Amino acid sequence: MSSALVNGLFVFMLAGFIGFEIIKRVSPLLHTPLMSLTNALDAIAVLGAILLVGEHKSNLSFVLGVVAVIAATSNVVGGFLITDRMLKMFKTSRPTKP
Amino acid sequence: MTDLAGNQLLLEIVYLIASALFILSLKWMSSPRTARHGIWAGELGMLLAIGGTLLHHGIVDYKWIVIALVIGSGIGVPLGFVHMTAVPQRTALSHAFGALCVTLVGTAEFYLRTPNVPPFMMTVLSMEVILGSLTFTGSLMAAGKLQELLPQRPITYKGQNFVNLFFLAIAIGLAVYLVLHPRARQVFPLMVIIPLIFGVLMIIPIGGADMPTVISLLNSYAGLSAAAMGFVLDSKLLIIAGALDGSSGFILSVIMSKAMNRSFTNVLFGAFGQVQPAAAAGQEEKTVRTATAEEAAGILAAANRVVIVPGYGMAVAQAQHKVRELYDALTKRGVDVRFAIHPVAGRMPGHMNVLLAEADIPYDKLIEMDDINGDFPQTDVALVIGANDVTNPAARTDQSSPIFGMPILDVDKARTVMVIKRSMSPGFAGIDNPLYYLDHTLMLFGDAKAFVNSIVHELAGNTH
Repeated sequence: MSSALVNGLFVFMLAGFIGFEIIKRVSPLLHTPLMSLTNALDAIAVLGAILLVGEHKSNLSFVLGVVAVIAATSNVVGGFLITDRMLKMFKTSRPTKP
Repeated sequence: MTDLAGNQLLLEIVYLIASALFILSLKWMSSPRTARHGIWAGELGMLLAIGGTLLHHGIVDYKWIVIALVIGSGIGVPLGFVHMTAVPQRTALSHAFGALCVTLVGTAEFYLRTPNVPPFMMTVLSMEVILGSLTFTGSLMAAGKLQELLPQRPITYKGQNFVNLFFLAIAIGLAVYLVLHPRARQVFPLMVIIPLIFGVLMIIPIGGADMPTVISLLNSYAGLSAAAMGFVLDSKLLIIAGALDGSSGFILSVIMSKAMNRSFTNVLFGAFGQVQPAAAAGQEEKTVRTATAEEAAGILAAANRVVIVPGYGMAVAQAQHKVRELYDALTKRGVDVRFAIHPVAGRMPGHMNVLLAEADIPYDKLIEMDDINGDFPQTDVALVIGANDVTNPAARTDQSSPIFGMPILDVDKARTVMVIKRSMSPGFAGIDNPLYYLDHTLMLFGDAKAFVNSIVHELAGNTH
């Protein structure tokens, strides 16, 4: 096992705990936008796909990479857009100013 | 070479900043007041990470990257503008896209690296591909069911769980084989195809009312597959994003399964939708009391405290805007109107809140189950619109009921209960609802949108 993988496991463990603590505090009001936001953030996988396309190491990896970039980009763009639309709709009946 | 190392360091720092922004982004989702900052943080992190990657020294071909980014955005924009009622299927579709990306990258990486794939690398690569491909087809199936392109009712057959577990076991067996024999390239396609089939089979037995749990679970799988991809590419940013998404989906599935009184193993193994319809108990004549819109309007106008209980039926009837008019009319008369939201109301976590927020109902009037249940005894009227099983008092009292133990909204404790319903036909699970036969329950038969509209008209007609 290389040290990179071990480091990765540490990062995964810590991020998992942080995720737990943060998500637990998200108001149930916002569970739908939460899901679309995490979906957009998850589309950071586009980075791996971009490198496949850009490095063009083989024809197979290039073609798969192009499709992967398209799929992930649609999540980035669509995910942020719809999350923003949803959050704009949440208004309170009380005046917001303190 | 020192220059290159400097660039590499800079890129890592950009990823570090992006990771921090992603975490902040989710932290700000804790309250509707700060949530929009969360989107900006997420967008900034995403822009930094993509921008930084594009400056990566290994990139030789920008043309196709740009073309793919443009096509992807072209697909993403319309997906960002779907109707709020269609958000569950949109979400399922985006889980499918995310999983597709992960699966394709995993496949490409395997063929680039084989036969030099160390065992641990092959393990995470297999996890990435198996989770990715089953999430891909599973999410497509879920989206199809939600869009009503596929039958919504659960399709079950004898030995279904056995068949499903069999496919999953084969996929895992293939992964183990590849870990031991990373040269066996011909085995790899099978390890993609079999989870693809499993994804379809997994969703077949699932009915509409179980969708909130299933979508959350698929969300979690999509996150975990992305985290596995982070291990393969040695990208800490991707590991973090995947872990955050995975834990988010996991927490939501736990909340949803608790709200439906399902055990956690039941969730993990995807054995949903198996609720057997209650044996048609002795069909004794039970009487219900009905009321007209005029009578309902009179009772509502005389009330001090009203709690509206919306369910998926309200969304199906597109009645949320009429409900807002009712809310306005009653509030203007000084009636205190609030909404009681059951965690599994709707087709995905939080769906009902979004639908009501879209209809301009202030979010501080949307109250969660645990916070409002204690208030029902002091409530003059509980108005149930398109909700059924989540109000069924049998869940508290009748041990033989299939939903016994499921947490419900205690609407039966209100002084008067009014239920808008098309007919007396039982709800999704085929379970009779004793709420309808109580002495203080009035049934308002009709289409939710039309009936709420007539109540609003009655209220407008006799303003003093």
